[in-house]
Amino acid sequence: MTEHTSPLRCSSLEKSFDGVKALRVRDLEFPVSGITAIVGPNGAGKTTLLNALTGFVRPDAGTVFLGNREITHLPPWRIARLGVARSFQEMRLVRLVTALENVMLARPNQRGERLFAALTGIGVAAEEATNRAKATELLRFVGLLDKTSDLAGQLSYGQQKLLSLACCLAGEPRVLLLDEPVAGVHAEVAQEILNLLVRLAAQGRLVVFVEHDFSAVRRVADMVVVMDQGSVIAAGRPEDVLSRPEVVEAFVA
Amino acid sequence: MEYILHLLVVLSIYAILATSLDILVGHMGVLSVAHAAFYGVGAYVATLAVLALRLPFVVAAMLAVVVGVVLCALISLPAANLRDDSLVIATLCVQVVASSVFVNWEGLTRGAQGIRGIPPPVLLGVSFAGPGRFAVLSGLAAIVAVTLARRTTSGPFGRLLHAIREDEVVVLCAGKRPAIVKIVVLCFAAGLAALAGSLFAGYSGYVSPTSFGLLESVLILSMVIVGGPGGVWGPLGGVLLLVLFPEALRFVGIPANVASEVRQILFGLLLIVVTIFHGESGLAPGRVLRK
Repeated sequence: MTEHTSPLRCSSLEKSFDGVKALRVRDLEFPVSGITAIVGPNGAGKTTLLNALTGFVRPDAGTVFLGNREITHLPPWRIARLGVARSFQEMRLVRLVTALENVMLARPNQRGERLFAALTGIGVAAEEATNRAKATELLRFVGLLDKTSDLAGQLSYGQQKLLSLACCLAGEPRVLLLDEPVAGVHAEVAQEILNLLVRLAAQGRLVVFVEHDFSAVRRVADMVVVMDQGSVIAAGRPEDVLSRPEVVEAFVA
Repeated sequence: MEYILHLLVVLSIYAILATSLDILVGHMGVLSVAHAAFYGVGAYVATLAVLALRLPFVVAAMLAVVVGVVLCALISLPAANLRDDSLVIATLCVQVVASSVFVNWEGLTRGAQGIRGIPPPVLLGVSFAGPGRFAVLSGLAAIVAVTLARRTTSGPFGRLLHAIREDEVVVLCAGKRPAIVKIVVLCFAAGLAALAGSLFAGYSGYVSPTSFGLLESVLILSMVIVGGPGGVWGPLGGVLLLVLFPEALRFVGIPANVASEVRQILFGLLLIVVTIFHGESGLAPGRVLRK
């Protein structure tokens, strides 16, 4: 992947559910790095787009490229291994284990997750120590260091959002696709999460997030993609795009 | 004394069965009612290997494990993407087919009359005839099996199983393949069940389809659920309770033919009571956290 090709782009992407076109995106190219916000009214196809980009939904037509590699029909686990992390609107955490273990689980390619290594114990302890250290570091990054041994299901909603972010980072991804990472979260925590996204983007990552709140988008996004009825109706810098009449109309409708 | 040693053998065989099933039910969240099928496959393969192929017991037991694992791999490859209810139905089908094969493949299994005359195992020139000596053998096998099972349910592997139980999407997002893990673990549990089967054949000297039917699968599952799935000692508690409890009925003076009926009724009652007090499904621990 050269630095100038978009890390993630798609073209002619289409998906229908029961005859209803949920997605028809002609051409969408995400920038090399920085923060891109996807906005749009409910049912605009934002989550379907993320699902199609990450293999959770098989598009009926079109292509998705990660760098120069086509990933259109790859399964979600392959896409994750290629460096695309994904979070969901509804919290996807292992609620009955600790915050630390959730992040450790998200660490890729663990020898201890193979049966033979588990049975013999060969090399598992050292690997666990490394993974524990990395996971602890990520929990420190998102500000959950004091919640390390709390069960994920017992954390507050905002803390769970932070934990999902830490899990996304466990695989050291190049691209982050976050579905409403700050929705329903207390204003202070939301600001905290947005600050983290800014820091992550500054490290050279592409951070894409779905968001309803325009003020949050204006504050952090370098690019905004507006969707309505499955299509991208506008894309560009927030100050150029968000005041366009067709965008305003889509939201009013 | 003989009687107590006999109970020890029975307990150790069920300990292997319940602990291996608990990896699936309690830890990975896959409810299987086909465990007795692999138990039976192990018993028949070991029996035929000893009687027809004249293999020593240890080799026969290893062969039983290999056949159990391979069969399970063949069955679970297409079934690995099934989830929840449909997976339970799939295991039910496996059990029904296996029972039917045990009864109807007469050339191999001698059908309903079963196969008699399996000699007691001989290891390094020592015969393990009778409950006393066999208890040592089966006890050792149970300790090894429980230790191995424990290793798969703790550490990074256990964490992975628990994640599959809770939400496979989490596992996919971490770049892991829940379907492959499920196949591997199903095969591992089937291998342990086959090991238990070979021990049963070597101990009782007689195998017949009734020992490996759906009721047997339900009994093993009951041990897991009654004992509390997803723990280390839980299934072993269930084994103790469900093996010793019917034995106790003997001493109450209930005639043998009535006792077996009473046993079924009491099992049913016990299961109902446990599921009521163990949350809605009686499955994974701490389900209360879920809405």
